[in-house]
Amino acid sequence: MNTHRPWKLSVAGWAALLLFAPATVLAHQEIGQITGFASGFLHPISGFDHVLAMVAVGLWGAVLGSPAIWVLPVAFPVTMAFGGLMGLLGVPLPGIEIGIAASAIVLGIMVLAQLRPPLWAAAILVAFFAIFHGYAHGKELPEGASALLYSFGFVVATGLLHLVGILLGEAHRWAVGRQAVRAAGGGVALAGLFFLWQAVAA
Amino acid sequence: MRRAVGTTLVALAAIVVASPAHAHLVETGFGAFYDGIAHFAVSLADMLIVIALALFAGLRGTRAARHAMFALPAAWLVGGALGALWPTASIWPVSTTLSLALTGALVALDAKLSDASVTAFVIVAGALYGFVNGATMTPGGAGGLALLGAVCAIFFVNTILAAEVTVLPVGWPRIAVRVAGSWIAATGMLMLGWLARPTLA
Repeated sequence: MNTHRPWKLSVAGWAALLLFAPATVLAHQEIGQITGFASGFLHPISGFDHVLAMVAVGLWGAVLGSPAIWVLPVAFPVTMAFGGLMGLLGVPLPGIEIGIAASAIVLGIMVLAQLRPPLWAAAILVAFFAIFHGYAHGKELPEGASALLYSFGFVVATGLLHLVGILLGEAHRWAVGRQAVRAAGGGVALAGLFFLWQAVAA
Repeated sequence: MRRAVGTTLVALAAIVVASPAHAHLVETGFGAFYDGIAHFAVSLADMLIVIALALFAGLRGTRAARHAMFALPAAWLVGGALGALWPTASIWPVSTTLSLALTGALVALDAKLSDASVTAFVIVAGALYGFVNGATMTPGGAGGLALLGAVCAIFFVNTILAAEVTVLPVGWPRIAVRVAGSWIAATGMLMLGWLARPTLA
């Protein structure tokens, strides 16, 4: 048996792979499209207040269990998009930053205290706060990006933040995890108080 | 070993002289049919509506998915042919975006429509998007063969996806489909805001 054969094949394989690494390949990239998705995807995770609230939605959903575990993360992006629509249209909405801070406080307390309101009440509460988050994003949307890709990236990032919250919240199944989830809720509420102080002071 | 070193040297030499890759045959092209497939593959708006319609039909069961399997490409083709006749017509962005948001919402809500209603909805949405395809592709030099390529790609994606959804078990897999629908609805709603913004500015 020729023991060198695998090595020679490997060399040829690597050489072939390296040949596919040319200086520039700009195939099928429409102008602004990648920028649109990337900036849309990064927008929700660029603000700590948004991130905490969205993760808290997932945490609370996990605490409440089925069907809230998926109803809340569905309600949030849809109503957030509605808020974004309001922001884009220039519909006046007062107290945006206070509403965002309040969302972190209230959702954090819900997780901390393990409160279990009826599903409809939880969904309305989450949807109400989502409007403030969406409105803030809608007002800040940049010019020139690919609208569809930006919107798609924006929604996907929001959904993934909820998913992170749900996965963290799944620790709720164990006694130690339950305490950790409650502590996380307390942390979100405290951060919300800080955001509220900032919003009022501004 | 000497032969391996030689191969390596030749490979390195080839790497050094590598020029920018003109990938996807932008100069020669594959031909109109494959241009149509590529057009669909890189058009997120077209891809999203086909995915949304496939999810919607798949959630409603095997019969609805079978009807949609043929209704969607046929409607897209007829709409595309009509659009090709009037290439200067408006591309109706609000109508297409509304239909995208509505389809996403129907998926998210798991709307219990009858098979006939699902088929009718698929035909209207497919014809609308097909018309826009025909109206926009024709001025770019793409003809009937390109439209046929796009329709074949749509048939392929719709059939595979709808078939997969029909066999999903009750529980988390179907919930994941509904979540995907909510994301599409939210994307469509944001798009409506983008479309309305310049008119108010």
